[in-house]
Amino acid sequence: MAEVILKDIRKAFGRIETIHGVNLSILNKEFVVFVGPSGCGKSTLLRLIAGLEDISAGDLLIDGTRVNEKTPKDRGIAMVFQSYALYPHMTVYENMAFGLELAKTSKETVDSKVRGAAKILELTPLLDRLPKQLSGGQRQRVAIGRAIVREPKVFLFDEPLSNLDAALRVQMRIEIAKLHSDMGATMVYVTHDQVEAMTLADKIVVLNSGNVEQVGAPLELYHHPKNLFVAGFIGSPQMNFIDAEVLAADAGGVKVALPGGGSIVAKVAGGALHAKDKVKLGVRPEHLGPGSGEATIPGNIEFVEELGESHLLYVRTPDKKMLTVRASGDAPVETSQSISVAIPPEACHVFAADGSACRRLAA
Amino acid sequence: MNPLKLLKAIGFWLLVVVIVVYAVFPFYYAILSSMRSGSALFQVVLLPEHFDFSNYIAVFAEQPFARNILNSVIVAVSVVAVSLFLGVTAAYALGRVSFRGRGALLLMILAVSMFPQVAVLSGMFELIRRLGLYNSLPGLILANLILTLPFTVWVLTTFMRELPKELEEAAFVDGASPWIVVRRVFLPLMWPALVTTGLLAFIAAWNEFLFALTFTLSNEQRTVPVAIALITGASQHELPWGNIMAASVIVTLPLVVLVLIFQRKIVAGLTAGAVKG
Ligand SMILES: Nc1ncnc2c1ncn2[C@@H]1O[C@H](COP(=O)(O)OP(=O)(O)O)[C@@H](O)[C@H]1O
Ligand SMILES: [Mg+2]
Repeated sequence: MAEVILKDIRKAFGRIETIHGVNLSILNKEFVVFVGPSGCGKSTLLRLIAGLEDISAGDLLIDGTRVNEKTPKDRGIAMVFQSYALYPHMTVYENMAFGLELAKTSKETVDSKVRGAAKILELTPLLDRLPKQLSGGQRQRVAIGRAIVREPKVFLFDEPLSNLDAALRVQMRIEIAKLHSDMGATMVYVTHDQVEAMTLADKIVVLNSGNVEQVGAPLELYHHPKNLFVAGFIGSPQMNFIDAEVLAADAGGVKVALPGGGSIVAKVAGGALHAKDKVKLGVRPEHLGPGSGEATIPGNIEFVEELGESHLLYVRTPDKKMLTVRASGDAPVETSQSISVAIPPEACHVFAADGSACRRLAA
Repeated sequence: MNPLKLLKAIGFWLLVVVIVVYAVFPFYYAILSSMRSGSALFQVVLLPEHFDFSNYIAVFAEQPFARNILNSVIVAVSVVAVSLFLGVTAAYALGRVSFRGRGALLLMILAVSMFPQVAVLSGMFELIRRLGLYNSLPGLILANLILTLPFTVWVLTTFMRELPKELEEAAFVDGASPWIVVRRVFLPLMWPALVTTGLLAFIAAWNEFLFALTFTLSNEQRTVPVAIALITGASQHELPWGNIMAASVIVTLPLVVLVLIFQRKIVAGLTAGAVKG
């Protein structure tokens, strides 16, 4: 069992507070991913859990014990750093054995654990090499191996794949997912890459300027973002936000006026909204497409991006904003053609003026 | 084009020759002189005519020169060992631990090395007398540390700062104490810096004259530079240049050998702190 519980954790560097009271519980064997824009405090939060930074206020519990004052080793954590942080003068074997040696483990145990980890990570032929003789992906595997041999209660990863090229990143992502299911350990993973977050996580924690914006399963965040920030952060290309005015609202739907004269009844619970409220209507690019009827926005195609398996249309709307439309296959239209973009009511998100989302009625 | 290139090449090599002659000739002349004696010393020659080692024998026969060399070795080696130990531990604190007044402390350490040696001489004398170290090797070691510690600490601090922070953190996560981090992770990476600063400290202590002269009384406690300066001839009016040169050559050779052995490391150390690989 290795639960990690954060109770109102705060961190200030000098007088500047960077983590503003985070509450979070990470279950045993859960894979939790921290995402957020650069500088939002992901690494700091991870380092607070690791014990590499002092917690300014709040309680951190691992396995039910308060560990605020404990050293990283005594917390039973292992960490994989973005820069790998391998000891340059030690061989792969020595790098992995270092922590065990310090813990005064017997030679035979060290040997069997290191060789076991090397086997899992396919590092056996490389054990006598120095880190500088390895490729980036191999170094990353050694860094992971160094964490595995110590059999920690909690694995912490700080952007472990961001120094790798795209193909290797996908491969390592799959290996990490496999490692998680094989080892059954609690893992906390920091990334700014939402594909990594969506694919790896049991639970995603979206951070913004030192605050938790939303915690939930990947698809829950995708389908039911709690606010504008999460809606904009999860999903690529980003969700479209259309400025709109409420015409009528009740618990069964919100009718808003669209730019260009149309209107739509969004399938969200609008009990708290009133006519004439300014709201933002959110629709993901993949839910938009050409169409006709009342719930459309007319526009002009400014660019077309062909991605092969899909294409993106950038449409200039009457209120001078840009809409992104995504559809599969090759684009059937060309730049500077006019288009009428249809919005499906069940795919709509509505955000009140304070940025909070109305509950969606459709799945 | 070609004559210009030739001219450039000639100019370059001429410059090299001038620099080499300027650097090496005094030492070469010392070797020449060490093999001559009497009035022959006062004729200028550029090539040795015979090899006569009587001056070398005389140096050891006429004073406790072997003892002086041993003293120098003891002092210089101790100074290097203590400087490096204090330097590395101080560098960890100054380079890796953030605390209030760190910058001021670092500046103060640098400022200490700006005082001319003479300025601290009388104060140092009192200190050494109070500690009961007058006319003893520990007294010289202590005095020499004031010359070597500032730059040792400064250079090692700069070097240690450049080492990646994650390395230290990874070691902490692996369960290392700060002492183990320094010994098992940082020290192996700091070889070039250690060799450079160690060698500079060795040279400083080996050649140190003023403290060694002031803080010793008897011939048995003197180090080589003082011993050489106090070599006297048969009469008051005769300076035994042959003996002095022989003694100088004897004490310079170890330094030359040391520098040649470590020269690669030195160059790496001098640049490694400033430019990151
Ligand atoms: N050691 C430090 N001293 C002062 N400020 C820091 C320190 N470490 C991080 N910060 C600040 O904390 C904020 C969050 O940083 P970080 O956790 O590294 O962000 P990221 O989400 O990109 O990993 C940043 O504004 C950064 O400037
Ligand atoms: Mg970060």
